[in-house]
Amino acid sequence: MRRATAWVPYLQVTPLSLVFLLFLVVPIATIVVVSFFDYNTTEIIPTFLLQNYEELLFSPVTWQTYLQTLEFTVITWALTLLIGFTIAYYLAFYVRSATWQTVLFLVCTIPFWTSNIIRMISWIPFLGRNGLMNTALLHMGLIHQPLEFLLFSDFSVVLAYVHLYTLFMVVPIFNSMMRIDRSLLEAARDGGASGWQTLWNVIVPLAKPGIAIGSIFVVTIVMGDFVTVRLMSGGQTASVGLMMMNAMSLLQYPAAAANAVVLLLLVLMTVGVMMRLVDIRKEL
Amino acid sequence: MHRRGSAFWLLTGFFALFVLFLYGPTITITILSFQGPSGGLTFPMRGLSLYWFGNLFEKQMVGDFAGSFQRSIVLGLAAMVVTVIVSFSAGLAFRKRFRGSSVVFYLAIASLIVPSILISLGIGLLFRVIGVDTAWYSSAFGAHLTWTLPFGLLIMFAVFNRFDRRYEEVARDLGATSWQTVRHVIVPIVLPSLIGVGLFGFTLSYDEFARSLYTAGTFNTLPLEIYGMTTNVTTPVLYALGTFTTGLSFLVIALALVSTIIVRRRRARHGSDAGKAA
Repeated sequence: MRRATAWVPYLQVTPLSLVFLLFLVVPIATIVVVSFFDYNTTEIIPTFLLQNYEELLFSPVTWQTYLQTLEFTVITWALTLLIGFTIAYYLAFYVRSATWQTVLFLVCTIPFWTSNIIRMISWIPFLGRNGLMNTALLHMGLIHQPLEFLLFSDFSVVLAYVHLYTLFMVVPIFNSMMRIDRSLLEAARDGGASGWQTLWNVIVPLAKPGIAIGSIFVVTIVMGDFVTVRLMSGGQTASVGLMMMNAMSLLQYPAAAANAVVLLLLVLMTVGVMMRLVDIRKEL
Repeated sequence: MHRRGSAFWLLTGFFALFVLFLYGPTITITILSFQGPSGGLTFPMRGLSLYWFGNLFEKQMVGDFAGSFQRSIVLGLAAMVVTVIVSFSAGLAFRKRFRGSSVVFYLAIASLIVPSILISLGIGLLFRVIGVDTAWYSSAFGAHLTWTLPFGLLIMFAVFNRFDRRYEEVARDLGATSWQTVRHVIVPIVLPSLIGVGLFGFTLSYDEFARSLYTAGTFNTLPLEIYGMTTNVTTPVLYALGTFTTGLSFLVIALALVSTIIVRRRRARHGSDAGKAA
């Protein structure tokens, strides 16, 4: 019986594998191949040259842009981790009834299901020159003229990232925390640990898998982002994603592809490091 | 467990601020979208009307909103159906050992972590190289599946890891074929999760921007249309659009939650019959 049905799992997994093959593996391979192509103003020319990479890597603009993107990534990662951990910690250990836990968790997750672009533009009436924030600060007499850095700046870019992606930290960290055996906390307290000591020596280490998964999500999203930077910086800040978009709009496909390969390698290396901290399959 | 000391209230305050941070902007644009015809992008409110919602559906005013909305709905529904079926099927496969399982698993993870713009770019380039036009129902559909399927698969993993296999064994012992076991035992048990996967599939596709950018071809999907509007529309019609799409997302979530609860209730009722004469 078992031998007769050995082919069943292969059949069951075929549709999934086909989608990944056609729309992930082949397209990424295409990017790699095209990154070695030549191009002129009207077409791409199949050949093999390293010029795209040379132009990319020897341009100071590239390095500045990558640094800028990394800076956004690190700041966003730190903020989402801090906020996400605190929220998850509150939900997991301070909300006592399971029903409330579910309800509050849902409250946190629901905005995730709405359009990111809409959520970004929702900041305009808040942060604009005549927005709520400036009006309030002017009324309170804290400032005498509207703050210009609130909207269309690096500040608003990071704000939008934190607004959009903290959830990616909350969910996995909450998930890890809910698996912590509560008797460990009692043991820590009985052993004389203070609240902070329990948090740092018991909860944080046991929540590490969740922290790693959340970090992978946030870091990869921010590294590849272009919409948030474009909309929230008002076109004043660059990002690697935007750099690619610009190349694409100039029909410089091989240049965009070379940039894509570099970004992909960077993302994979970062994730590789984080994956060492966690066995994702065990976490499900 | 914890006494409700200062830490509790501090954290509760922090949580409340976080929720305000999450919802505040959305609430603001919802209010502003109900302004009169002379309304602007910031407060104060100028009048109260549904003018901008009407404006939204007039084709010439804001591009092809109605058309892009229809396309996104159809695409979302298609992604929903395919995601549910394909992830469920793959979830079944992963319960057994098979050769290449870890390759497929890591492909799913890769599909999640490779930046969306790269998938978009890759599919766009691929279609260009092979000389096929990109379209929302072909290339963009595939691009969306690379985003919805990994989520679906991971949910199915979580579900089947907690699945009590004895139900199946009982079914088999009672003479059910494997198809009958799937149809009458496994599917009903995991139904709430399948609804969840469907919800994931629909909303992830419906809101997807980056993966549609170079794959949607001539006709825009809704997020592309919205993006286009953000750069050249400076009236509250933008907020009306936001209110409308957010409202729709909330409706989908509510439907999914309600149906999950109904399924759970029904099961609880049926479960209570266990052991009694049927």
